[in-house]
Amino acid sequence: MEETHVHAVYEAIAPHFSNTRYKPWPLVEKFLLEQEKGSIGVDVGCGNGKYIRYNHVYLMGCDRSLNLVEIARKETSERKNNGDVFTSDGLNVPIRPVDFAISIAVIHHFHTPERRIEAIRHVLSKVKKGGKAMFYVWALEQKNARANFNVEKKQDVMVPYVVPTTKEVHERYYHLYKENELLLDAQEAGGTIVDHGYERDNWYVIVTH
Amino acid sequence: MKLLTTNFVQCAVKSCSSSSNCFPLHFTECELVHEDLEFDEDFIKNVMVKIDWPALLSVTRDIGNNSLPEEKPNIESCDEQVLRDLHLVLLETQIKDGKMICKNCDHLYHIKNTIPNFLLPPHLA
Repeated sequence: MEETHVHAVYEAIAPHFSNTRYKPWPLVEKFLLEQEKGSIGVDVGCGNGKYIRYNHVYLMGCDRSLNLVEIARKETSERKNNGDVFTSDGLNVPIRPVDFAISIAVIHHFHTPERRIEAIRHVLSKVKKGGKAMFYVWALEQKNARANFNVEKKQDVMVPYVVPTTKEVHERYYHLYKENELLLDAQEAGGTIVDHGYERDNWYVIVTH
Repeated sequence: MKLLTTNFVQCAVKSCSSSSNCFPLHFTECELVHEDLEFDEDFIKNVMVKIDWPALLSVTRDIGNNSLPEEKPNIESCDEQVLRDLHLVLLETQIKDGKMICKNCDHLYHIKNTIPNFLLPPHLA
């Protein structure tokens, strides 16, 4: 499931996907700006590296898609950013613990509750005691037109991604989170909730441990 | 791959995570490139607090750089040139191509075009 409907899709759509994902989300930006100067962080599922742009921190971004990581490398290099990129699996990020972590629009691609909780637990294990991690997942309760793909309000769905230039359609797997579900998963993973809420069709949570 | 990153990455093989030999990795056949980045004194000072100095020395020696002192510099009392030298080593020096080997299990990781690959083959993942 994840191999065909997540990993392979991102490899295939990387260039176009990256062109549509350049603007940081405001609350992620706020979280990053709150980190102390010289803090070391990890971005698990960094995609095109759009959050590696704040030079008061050193953010290491990792992603399973080499095509996306190559784009992240090029763009962060052109922006003269602190930080770095590498390829790794989200359930196996090979670093010693750092000061903070983000994982934005990633956890919803794991296809069982156990794997989603394990993914949160793994990210938390890469943050020092007392450090914070922020997670964003797509919400079931979507208020805009994109929700049209899911009129039946199913939680486990395939979301078509159409590449405009070629009209190719790629189906991406998502688990759409219900209200409070992310909080429960984060607590199950051993986290203590610091803040949470809803922004732009997504649930987010800031967790410490 | 910036040298600062080498101070955090370790072997991805699960059975190595409990071994003290999985960090730092051994670097070999490395080709380096320089990339200018803005110097920020406070940033470097705060980063230095988090640096594992013996691990950094191990990696710099692996890549043939013997410029760093045996003891970690005292960042509160050192002059600006020391901090600029650390900025050069940690942030501006990149490994473009090379190999990383785990000192515990001998697994080999590649760095290609400045990107380290920590994805494991199926039998180890």
